[in-house]
Amino acid sequence: MSSDQTLNPETLPEQPERATLEGKNKFLGFWFFLGGETVLFASLFGTYLALNNATNDGPGAEELFGLELVFIMTMLLLTSSLTSVYAMYHMKNNSFSKMQLWLGITVLLGLGFLGCELYEFYHYIHGEGFTLRSSAFGSAFYTLVGFHGGHVTFGLLWIVTLMVRNAKRGLNLYNAPKFYIASLYWHFIDVVWVFIFTVVYLMGVI
Amino acid sequence: MKGWMAKFRALLLFGSLTLVLSGCGKENLSALTPKGYGAKSALDLINISLAVMIFVFIVVMVIYAIVLVRFRKKKGQEDFIPQQTEGNKALEVIWTVIPIILLVIIAIPTITITFDLADESAAGDSINVSVTGNQFWWHFNYEGEEIQTSQDLYIPTGEKVYLNMKTSDVLHSFWVPALSGKMDLHPENENTMFIQADEEGVYDGKCAEFCGTSHSLMDFKVIAVSPEEYEQWVEDMKNVDPEAQPESADAQEGQQLFQENSCIGCHAIGSSPAATGPNLTNFGDRTTLAGVAEHDRDTLIEWIQNPESIKPGNRMSDANYEVSEEEAGKIADYLLQLQPSDITPESATSNE
Amino acid sequence: MSTATAQKRGFGAAIWDYLTTVDHKKIAHLYLVSGGLFFLIGGLEALLIRIQLIKPSNDFVSAGFYNELLTMHGTTMIFLAAMPLIFALLNAVVPLQIGARDVAFPFLNSLGFWLFLFGGIILNCGWFLGGAPDAGWTAYAPLSAVSPGHGVDFYVLGLQISGAGTLIGGINFLVTIINMRAPGMTYMRMPLFTWTAFVTSSLILFAFPALTVGLFLLMFDRLFGSGFFNASMGGNSVIWEHLFWIFGHPEVYILILPAFGVFSDVLSTFSKKRLFGYTAMVFATTLIGFLGFMVWAHHMFTTGLGPAANSIFAIATMAIAVPTGIKIFNWLFTLWGGSITINSAMLWALAFIPTFTIGGTTGVMLAAAAADYQYHDTYFVVAHFHYVIVGGVVFGLFCGIHYWWPKMFGKILNETLGKITFWTFFLGFHLTFFIQHFLGLMGMPRRYWTYLPNQELDTGNLISTIGAFLMAIGTIVFIINVIYTSVKGHKVSGDPWDGRTLEWSIPSPPPHYNFKQTPLVRGLDPLWIEKMEGRKGITPAEPLDDIHMPNPSILPFIMSLGLFIAGFGFIYQVDNLAFLWVVILGMGITLGAMFVRSIKDDLGHHIHKEDLEEGADQ
Repeated sequence: MSSDQTLNPETLPEQPERATLEGKNKFLGFWFFLGGETVLFASLFGTYLALNNATNDGPGAEELFGLELVFIMTMLLLTSSLTSVYAMYHMKNNSFSKMQLWLGITVLLGLGFLGCELYEFYHYIHGEGFTLRSSAFGSAFYTLVGFHGGHVTFGLLWIVTLMVRNAKRGLNLYNAPKFYIASLYWHFIDVVWVFIFTVVYLMGVI
Repeated sequence: MKGWMAKFRALLLFGSLTLVLSGCGKENLSALTPKGYGAKSALDLINISLAVMIFVFIVVMVIYAIVLVRFRKKKGQEDFIPQQTEGNKALEVIWTVIPIILLVIIAIPTITITFDLADESAAGDSINVSVTGNQFWWHFNYEGEEIQTSQDLYIPTGEKVYLNMKTSDVLHSFWVPALSGKMDLHPENENTMFIQADEEGVYDGKCAEFCGTSHSLMDFKVIAVSPEEYEQWVEDMKNVDPEAQPESADAQEGQQLFQENSCIGCHAIGSSPAATGPNLTNFGDRTTLAGVAEHDRDTLIEWIQNPESIKPGNRMSDANYEVSEEEAGKIADYLLQLQPSDITPESATSNE
Repeated sequence: MSTATAQKRGFGAAIWDYLTTVDHKKIAHLYLVSGGLFFLIGGLEALLIRIQLIKPSNDFVSAGFYNELLTMHGTTMIFLAAMPLIFALLNAVVPLQIGARDVAFPFLNSLGFWLFLFGGIILNCGWFLGGAPDAGWTAYAPLSAVSPGHGVDFYVLGLQISGAGTLIGGINFLVTIINMRAPGMTYMRMPLFTWTAFVTSSLILFAFPALTVGLFLLMFDRLFGSGFFNASMGGNSVIWEHLFWIFGHPEVYILILPAFGVFSDVLSTFSKKRLFGYTAMVFATTLIGFLGFMVWAHHMFTTGLGPAANSIFAIATMAIAVPTGIKIFNWLFTLWGGSITINSAMLWALAFIPTFTIGGTTGVMLAAAAADYQYHDTYFVVAHFHYVIVGGVVFGLFCGIHYWWPKMFGKILNETLGKITFWTFFLGFHLTFFIQHFLGLMGMPRRYWTYLPNQELDTGNLISTIGAFLMAIGTIVFIINVIYTSVKGHKVSGDPWDGRTLEWSIPSPPPHYNFKQTPLVRGLDPLWIEKMEGRKGITPAEPLDDIHMPNPSILPFIMSLGLFIAGFGFIYQVDNLAFLWVVILGMGITLGAMFVRSIKDDLGHHIHKEDLEEGADQ
């Protein structure tokens, strides 16, 4: 009995990401991992909320943040979450090329987000002189938003790796769970951003 | 083997009993010989909870002993298979409900005393002292009076003295076990607690939050004197003349050296805020040197020349000064005669 | 293929085998050996501490070195000894108890181990590189943020890396227990050890990220000049206390719950009775795990949170006594009416009950906030947590190791030596720590390098030091026992204790696929059920067929090594920015290995039916 046959059936089952035991394990394990990540970001949010007024006579949230750019970033990331849903929809229909296409769009949107974020940081550091070392508020801001940015970067690298690795091979039961959890990760990043947008930017400005 | 265990337990119980009877630790240090409001309340609570817990322990041990005596595997019955009991609902309810009742018995006084000890309603009409923790010494600033001092905290007996505490560097914790429980000192927020001594005495205080190399050597004293004596002490301390000339010639030279070597840069004499080193206004009245060493001329000379040997990691070790042994002796003469008040630790112990 | 590789191999091949193994039983060996080694190091540190405190104003070690000792003793014992030894038992036993051939993520299991080991090594590197961490195992800011030298950096990086390993291990066991149970092994038929492993793993999952964040903040403060704990930049030192204890309190339940599981299995086996009140025990375990997250601030009663917060946390803490009490009484009633065999493993379990009751009752006393103002940060607390952590966790580890040793290595540990170990350790333990309750109340704060004469603290400290040496003797006898047994011990059958659970239904040590045929579970204590019905083994749930097993891999080792290298880069870039290249190199190695893992298909291999049948004939 060869693995090729079991992993490459003629037609994919309804939930290809959970069709094998390995897939099931990955699926469940990744949900647990996201549970841990939630605690991680909750701790960072807690720290940020405790320090968001500790500006040490440096610039505070109201002076720094402008909502225009952040709104664009939010739109980019929210849309990318939607496009990754399309990708998963096509995965379940076993149309590999469409899945790759939508994942590609997701990556582009993610890159756009990341570019905006880098621009934003650059602007704060060189324009406003606001850095990690300016105040406890600065430390908390860059750590929280930076952690999220780091997650976005890792997510992009991950999705691109998956796309390139499987470009020639197509979809099977071995890699379907991998695509699926990568998209789960991407949704999680998006949800965290919604909280950052609300807690850091909206509450900071208003 | 079981007899062994029982004997050991008896020994343990006996040992702890003698310990409790023979002494509860050093008077004016131990939390088991409370001399103040906070410590007495705490001991009451300790005793209530201890009594309940000893009851629980006895219940467990009785069942435990019965089990070990009755249900050991018996010779000739190696193949005996006990009944595979699944459990017992009634029993489960009993050992859920009874502990809850026991815990309520502890919880009620816990809440009452916790709120009572945090009561700050009288702070406005009481003596308030700002306490600053430093590596590794304590500074006391009597709010509203022109009095600042280090290491020795004078308080009147029979009234609450409010301490508003902050640290200048790392966390410390203010603990005078015989008078009250402890409270941490933070750099960013002020914490307030009160202490009240019911009897006159010199009480040992310790730092209870790990603060670095000489954490174990950060002792201080609380000196509780009668209200009249306290009034006089306040009067004396307010009228200190920091530049007063000492009587003996050596001490005068010492005063000179004290200034020439810029000791004054870190150590204030007279009412002055917490600086790099302790305030020395009433240094001559203290009973210990640096909280832990003998308070005499020889030790003081040793301290001046090599403070690191007595209190590792203290800031004076890095200070830049050079004095000969003879000069150190003169400085010691000067410092030891700084006795601005007739009210001293002796006043707290000699009465009656 | 299994028969071929099982032939005599060279030493190098054996090393390579352990470096690349993804077999949970071998990973258990790795955890056992490295955890045991760290336990000895931590014990040595404890002895030095006790020698220093043998008499007042002693100067056996310097104040600075003493602070390093106390910090490393605590950190080592919690993170590098207790945690891995628990993981050793979890790895050795849990898959067997649920009838699984492996864990859910064999690769990650190996990664978790190597991360832990390299983290532990970084932590201990401080000893040789200019000073170990010296801010206490709790590393309260700002002391930890301003502590000079690189000591605390080793703490931060070491714990960060080993913590990642622990988190991975936790997720692995959660998924293993949920997804890999044999047919018929419902949740309410799982042995209690597996249940505690499950609850502990979920505590790890939700508690460790808080520590991760705390360590990041401290790392940024120390290495990159941020100001989380720097009051002059508006920082707040209480944040560390919260983050540390949001992790730290669940951590003590992470440690104690598996010990509870061990005792439940051992007490039941050696009294030949089903565990009394199984359902209540499961309920109590989950409740303890749940409440464990609501009580962290009882470590901060003197922080100044105010009487309302203190009272709430006091009550919540007391509430934990209820499920714990349920457990104690259920254990007692498991023994009640049984036919009790007392051997080394059982001695530890029996000694645990009174010892832990003392630790638990002082726990309730500590929960009374206003009384805690006196106990806090004194030897009373030291006594309390050693009663629960040594009296609970270490007793549990000794118990579990004696109990499962034959399953792991095929030989029973020598009984006489086992009893000597027990009695010296047990007596030494009570001698060391019982007196410390009184020392604390008599005015001795914890973490004191020395105490002054004439404070009536001398006798107590002397007794305590004598006890510590007895514990050391017990530990040495245990090591002798391990060596003696591996040389002279006799091979035993798969079921030397007349066991009740699935792990005793297979040979000792188990073949690397554990179960030739997946077992069919028909109730709680499945093996016992079959025995009572006169069968010898468990009924299989499937016909004999090919078995799919994962491939070994060196990648986990390489990933961990990369982080190890990067860790040094992070620590030393403060002195010299060129060390950033070391960071890049290390991260490159790790990410590279992850990349290889991602693009290389690893489909595992099959053990063929014919080989399995052949194995049965031998």
